[in-house]
This record gives sequence, structure tokens and C-alpha cells, in this order.
Amino acid sequence: MNRAFRLVRRRALTAVPVLLIVAAGAFLLLEAAPGDAADAYLLSIGGGDPAFVAALREQWGLDGSLSSRLWLYLSALARLDLGWSLAFDRPVRDLVAERLPATLWLMGAATALSFLLGSALGVVAGARPGSLADRLLSAGSLAVYAVPGFWLGLVLIVVFSVRLRWFPTAGIETVASGKAGLARALDIARHLALPVASLSLIYLALFLRMMRAGMAEAWRQDYALAARARGLGRFRIAVRHIARNALLPLVTMLGLQAASMLGGSVVIESVFAIPGFGRLAHEAVAARDAPLLCGIILVSAVMVVAVNLAVDLAYAALDPRVEDGEARA
Amino acid sequence: MSVLARLARTPEGAAGLVLLALPVAAALAAPFLFPADPLAIAGPALAPPFSDAAFPLGTDRLGRDVLAGLVHGARASLMVGLAAAFVAVAFGALVGTIAGFSGGLADEALMRLTEAFQTVPGFLLALAFVSVAGGSLPVVVAAIALGAWTGPARLARAEVLSIRGRDYVAAARVAGMRATEIALREVLPNALPPVLALSSVIVANAVLVEAALSFLGLGDPNLITWGSMIAEGRTMLRSAPHLSIVPGLGLVVTVLGVHLLSEGLAEALATRRARA
Repeated sequence: MNRAFRLVRRRALTAVPVLLIVAAGAFLLLEAAPGDAADAYLLSIGGGDPAFVAALREQWGLDGSLSSRLWLYLSALARLDLGWSLAFDRPVRDLVAERLPATLWLMGAATALSFLLGSALGVVAGARPGSLADRLLSAGSLAVYAVPGFWLGLVLIVVFSVRLRWFPTAGIETVASGKAGLARALDIARHLALPVASLSLIYLALFLRMMRAGMAEAWRQDYALAARARGLGRFRIAVRHIARNALLPLVTMLGLQAASMLGGSVVIESVFAIPGFGRLAHEAVAARDAPLLCGIILVSAVMVVAVNLAVDLAYAALDPRVEDGEARA
Repeated sequence: MSVLARLARTPEGAAGLVLLALPVAAALAAPFLFPADPLAIAGPALAPPFSDAAFPLGTDRLGRDVLAGLVHGARASLMVGLAAAFVAVAFGALVGTIAGFSGGLADEALMRLTEAFQTVPGFLLALAFVSVAGGSLPVVVAAIALGAWTGPARLARAEVLSIRGRDYVAAARVAGMRATEIALREVLPNALPPVLALSSVIVANAVLVEAALSFLGLGDPNLITWGSMIAEGRTMLRSAPHLSIVPGLGLVVTVLGVHLLSEGLAEALATRRARA
């Protein structure tokens, strides 16, 4: 418990300057975009005279120096005020909160699928390096690794939605179906099947390749030789000794891929018209809504930091040699 | 035996060279094979593939030649992919070398900056940059590089840290070379090879990011790219799915070729090291 607390504290201390840099970057992006909050307000109420706008700017502190505006922005963020969306004419925080669940379901399912299936297939390939199964899986994963997720999504729509009619083409659930409970969960799962497949396949290949490489390396270690000398079966060694050690780097990779997967969900959500966080980012760009885009960037940075913290904690729990987030050999 | 000859002997390297030869040849020959603007209307709309000898792959919704778009798209993909990877590796190597060589507060500040860039999804960064600066070719290249320079920077820094303590660097210092001279002439050339080895993966990723950006309509509107062709064909997904599927195959061939080539290269270099 104490160990976990120290790790969280150390991580939080390094995360603060990083998040401050991201916030400052978001501020610069806002400054570079045309218009400010006063212009936006004016637009939403249908115009007004210049004196009114000037008074508004003075009241909101928008006429101050760059540093005073930055301070204003950061203190608003500290109050969890992410600003006002121009395109939706609503608080950015509400929009993000509304759109986040769909993306979390999509990413959670894609992470679980790619990690579980990828590591399992990696064990099959790495159990006997050089075997036919290994060569097929290695070549297949390399090919999959080259497939763009959004294009795969379109191909899956053509095959499974248009031709076979197994899955719906768009959305996260049937609109106004009146479904509840298990029926609704099944409906959402049916809608998410193709997006999850498109998003996760590239990561599945990545985890497969990492697991396979880790296992091939582990077979050459002394403990694997010792286990064979004791007369243990090859399958037993592969699962009980080799795979367990090869699994650890994959856990680290899970955290490193969080940012990449969040970026990938932008395109996948646009392909499948899922009203999620990623699609919100695309809508913000299309509408030139800088406050909304900045809010999205900040929230995703916080999410990536949180995922990495969770991964560190999991790693510390899995590997007793880890102290304060660093391996002590 | 040269590295190239050994590369061609590894199965991955040979396959990669063959696959990559297709888009490279298409990119080089595009202005001669299809001198007309690929965005211009060339014939009847929605001609099916293999029906008209003038349009072997048919035409799209507006009557533009699909094969011409595919060939010209190879040009855009490779150009943007290579340029973005070059910018990312050069900038990353520079930042990493400065951080590793100067140490102290500058190192700390640069590494925090690198971490900040790694914390924000690279694709969101690219979206934000294009939305502020507008979709033109140099902007797209810079936007992709913005999310890709952190890997080379971290690797270059680690290399520089290990090289900094070597004897020949100490000798250069004793010989009276200035710090910038040592950094650029002694340390950087030795730190570069592992960073360059990373660049093939960065090229492959840059090609995919460019495709995704132009798929979302954020690329250069005056340039035909595979991503924009896929987006264009998407409206016809039910009646003419090949319009989206064909340009995607171009992407798969290119990216797979780059990955295979880098695997083959790693193997070729490893056997050379084993023999040496």
C-alpha cells in the first residue's frame, strides 16, 4: 500500500509540469485562432455595438497582457472550466462529458480484445519459434500492421453490413428503440462490433509481435534451459515460465498506446458515425471551434496520464522488483 | 557483400523491395503516364472497372480516372511520408542531442516538453495544427512531424548520454574543441544510426496519418491522395465499393513494403555484425 502511494505521488509530481505545458500549448492554439470569447458571445446573442464588446473584454480580462490572459486561462482550468464551445453554444465540459462514454466503451473493448487475443496468439507463435504456426502468425500480423483502421472499417461495412447485413453500419445504438437493460446492452454491442474490430486489429498485431519476440528471447534464458533440464514439458514451460515473463513489456506498451488509440478513435468514430469524443474532435475542427478543440486536447492529455498511472500501478503489482515506478535489478 | 545485396537475400527484404517498387515506380512515372490533372473529369461518371480500355479501373462519381488518381496518389503519399519522417527525425535528433549534451536544466525542460507532446495524441495535434494553419502540403508535413519527433528525440538523447562519456569525446575536449563542435561533429554522427533505424517505422506511420487526415478532408484540397479518394468513394460504398477499396490497397502495399524492408534491413545488418 505504501509502495503504491509513493509511486502515485512520484508520478503525479512529474505529471504536473507536463500537463502545464499542454495547457500552455492549448492557450497558444486559442490565441492563434481567430476571435475570442467576447466575439463568440456577441455571435451567440446576434451582434452588438463595439462599445459593448470593449466593455465585455474589460470585464472578462481579455484586454490584458498575454501573461495575464494565460493566468486567467489556467485559473479557469483549475476550476474545471474548459471554456465555451462556439459551434454548439454550450460549455465544453458538458459536451466532453456527454461524448466521452461512447469512446471509453470503444477504446476499452478494443484494448481488451487486442491485448487478450494478441498475447494469446503471441503465445501460440512464440511457443515454438520457427514453426509453421509461428511463421503464419508472424507474416499475418505484419500484413495486418499495414492496414489503415479507417479503410478496414469501410471494408468491414461493405462485407458485414451491406452484403451480409449482420451488423448496423452506423451509430452506437438503435435510435428510439425503447430497449432497456440486457436488450440495450446487446444492441450497443452489435453496433460496436465492427468499430472495435477496425480499431483493435493494428494493436492486436502489435501485441502479438511483442509477445512472440519476448518469448523467443526468453527461450534462450538460463531459467528456460533449467526448466527443460528438469524434464518439464515444452507446453508447460511455455505457459508457466516463458509467457509470464514475456507479458510484462506488453503491460508497459498498453500505456504507451493509449494516446495513439485515442487518436485512432477520431477516424474510426467518423467512419461509423459514433457520437463520441473522437468525432467531437473532428466536428470541432470542421467548425473551426478552437475552444472545443483545446478542451478536447486537455482532456485527452489528462486521460493519457491517468492510463499511464494505472499501468504503472499494475506493473508494480505484477513485478515485485519494481520500486517507485523504476525497476531495480 | 554490400548491405543492399544482403538485404535482397533476406525473404522480408526481397518482398519489401518488390512491394515498394510498385508505388515508387508509380510516383516517378505519374507525370508521364497520366500527364493530365487527375482531379479533372476524364470520361463518363461511374464507369465500372475493366469495362473501358481507356479507364482500366473505371471512373468515380464525377467521371475522374481511378487509375490516374491511384498513380498520382502514390506520389502524394510517398512525398508526404518521406518529408514528414525527415522533418521528424531531423528535429527529434537535434532536440535529443541538445538535451543529452547540455544536461541539467535544459535537459529537464526539453524532456518535459517531449513528454507533453507524447501525452497528447499525435493525431489530435495534427488535427489542431491543420485547423489553425489551413490544409496545404507543407502544413500537413509539419502537422504529421509534430506528433512523430518525440521517439527520435528520446532515442537520440539516450545515445548521446552513452556516447558523452566515451574516451574520444574526452580526447576532443582535451584537444580544445568547442562544445557545439564536439556535439555536432563527434557525438551526433555516432548517435544517429539507431535513430535512422527508427525512421522506417516513422515513414510508415506518416503515410497512414496523411491518409487519415485527407480522409477527414483536412489534406491539401488541390492534391489527389489515397485518403481523399477513399473519402470520395465512401459516398458510393453500397453501389461501387471498389472506389474506396482500391486506393486503400495502395496504402496497404506501401506500408507493408516499408515494414518488410525495415525487417529485412535489421536482419541484414545483424548478419553483418555477426560475421564481423
